[in-house]
Amino acid sequence: MIALLMRDLRLAVRAGGGFGLGLAFFLIVTVMVPFSVGPESDLLSRIAPGVLWLGALLSCLLSLDRLLALDWEDGSLDLLATAPLPLEAVVSVKALAHWITTGLPLVLAAPLLGVLLNLPVEGFKWVVISLLLGTPALSVIGTFGAALTVGLKRGGLLLSLLVMPLYVPTLIFGAEAARRGALGMGVETPLLMLAGISAAVIALMPFASAAVLRINLR
Amino acid sequence: MSLNVSDLKVSRGGLPVLEGISFSLPAGRALILRGPNGIGKTTLLRCIAGLQPPLAGVIAGGDEQIAYAAHSDGLKPALTVAENLAFWASVFGAASIEPALEAYNLTQLRDRPAGALSAGQKRRLGLSRMLVTGRAIWVMDEPTVSLDRDSVALFADAVRGHLATGGAALIATHIDLGLDADVLDVGPYKAKPLALDDFDGGFL
Amino acid sequence: MSIWEYANPRKFLRTSERVMPVLWVSSGLLMAVGLIWGFFFTPDDYRQGSTVKIIFLHVPAALMAINAWFMMLVASLIWVIRRHHVSALAAKAAAPVGIVMTLIALATGAIWGQPMWGTWWAWDPRLTSFLVLFLFYLGYIALWEAIDNPDTAADLTSILCLVGTVFAVLSRYAVNFWNQGLHQGASLSLDEKENVADAFSNPLYICMVGFVLFFIAMVFYRTGTEIRARRIKALLARARQEA
Repeated sequence: MIALLMRDLRLAVRAGGGFGLGLAFFLIVTVMVPFSVGPESDLLSRIAPGVLWLGALLSCLLSLDRLLALDWEDGSLDLLATAPLPLEAVVSVKALAHWITTGLPLVLAAPLLGVLLNLPVEGFKWVVISLLLGTPALSVIGTFGAALTVGLKRGGLLLSLLVMPLYVPTLIFGAEAARRGALGMGVETPLLMLAGISAAVIALMPFASAAVLRINLR
Repeated sequence: MSLNVSDLKVSRGGLPVLEGISFSLPAGRALILRGPNGIGKTTLLRCIAGLQPPLAGVIAGGDEQIAYAAHSDGLKPALTVAENLAFWASVFGAASIEPALEAYNLTQLRDRPAGALSAGQKRRLGLSRMLVTGRAIWVMDEPTVSLDRDSVALFADAVRGHLATGGAALIATHIDLGLDADVLDVGPYKAKPLALDDFDGGFL
Repeated sequence: MSIWEYANPRKFLRTSERVMPVLWVSSGLLMAVGLIWGFFFTPDDYRQGSTVKIIFLHVPAALMAINAWFMMLVASLIWVIRRHHVSALAAKAAAPVGIVMTLIALATGAIWGQPMWGTWWAWDPRLTSFLVLFLFYLGYIALWEAIDNPDTAADLTSILCLVGTVFAVLSRYAVNFWNQGLHQGASLSLDEKENVADAFSNPLYICMVGFVLFFIAMVFYRTGTEIRARRIKALLARARQEA
């Protein structure tokens, strides 16, 4: 399992794109927001937590179609499926690698972009915490979507269509926690719900993803 | 250790392609599959490797024993030869990749990125993966594609060595490898279309 | 005699074709009676005026939007567990009916909401949940369309349906938490105080039964179409194989 994780991380670093693209996309989305809603700093600081969450979600989504498709194209998935590693472990590791290469950089970049959006001071902590708790769920749910569409030639758009509705609860609780934090309100309930969702999908989703992948490999 | 297949029926895209396939592959033996293109050799091999369930029949003795080599080698162009192989070695729990590199004459190329290899060299790297799996039954689909004559000889040697240590091999190929192997022509086992008023049949 | 006999496509077709005329006629009659009664022979609401009468479309459509998904869930489970093709095709057949019901519920809700709340759309939990349900239907249908191999498509969509159900329920709670809402309480519930007035409830019940029967008839009809389409596909593939 560690070998697979190391391989995926090494590939992400070497082939480029892994770390860079998602992060650049996050930056661009955030920069585009003031252009579309106007530079008024009150408004920006009010919507900043939500914009950061939406930007992180979109950047996550953007990199999902490469998550399993590359391994599918070069035949690695067939070989992994016949290896001693259970497919559930393979998809979990893939999701973890996706989180490390995409989710974690987004969490770290969020405070910097928060400055651009005039995020209130109290908000920084909660934006980072909520993203830290929520992005693993985004990666794991996204892996399920990637497994569903792995055999399809142009699965990218379909992948977004399938994954977006599944992201709704995570987004609501995550963004709500960040928003309340920024307003100095109590964040406990949404944060706990968010953590609960993350824990549940990390525990259960790999089974669905592996089942779907097995069907696609037939 | 022996692979026993009895009365196997496999389907591709929902249609049965081969039926009534039975054979036994004991340790130390190789079985060559032959048959025209499109007959379903790849489907049969994928089924035996456990990637798809059979429509009917039993595959016994293959659990956690089979190493499968498909058409594509699953190589990562950004990783070097040694890294590619070391990954599979650690997945299968093999100690060293050196014997495998040597067997396929890849030692000189070990630090070359796999993306910079020729088609034949890639194939050799793909085949060397079988040596690090440590599994007894090799199931291989057209392993000699894009190999030159010397490389085919390397491959045949590797299979011979594997058989000598009590392994077995199931190979779909059209090339004569010079192995002392049984041959199974799957042509006659082409599945007959289902009768139109079959029960399950509502669809067929 | 067991219900699984109808897993045979031919048996299903024979039986459903016998039942369908009855379903069409009775659902048509019930819907006509319910709607005419509802629209012309009920009093105006003292607060909402005559706009309230859209309830006779809105509530049954919303009911069927959810129940269609529930039916798809059951059919998907049957496919996953027992692998009866008719079941998978019934789930496929129900999805477009369900999405249309969702759209009707959303549209009638907007038309009703405009005079009542002064807005076509509000991010009220119930409205939002229906919008999310609509997205789930969309993804489910798109996945069916995208995959060529019918068995693979049935497998993948049923797993999507199961996973989607869990997330749809989660979304419902999330949305509730996120916005407390504007929508009135349930139109019909066991809690008497919340119910609509008696004058409205009888035609409403009739409409609901009519919609349920209409849905069943639609699903039978569309499943029949799917079975035949599947059969054509199989025959073509077979012809290709023989050639």
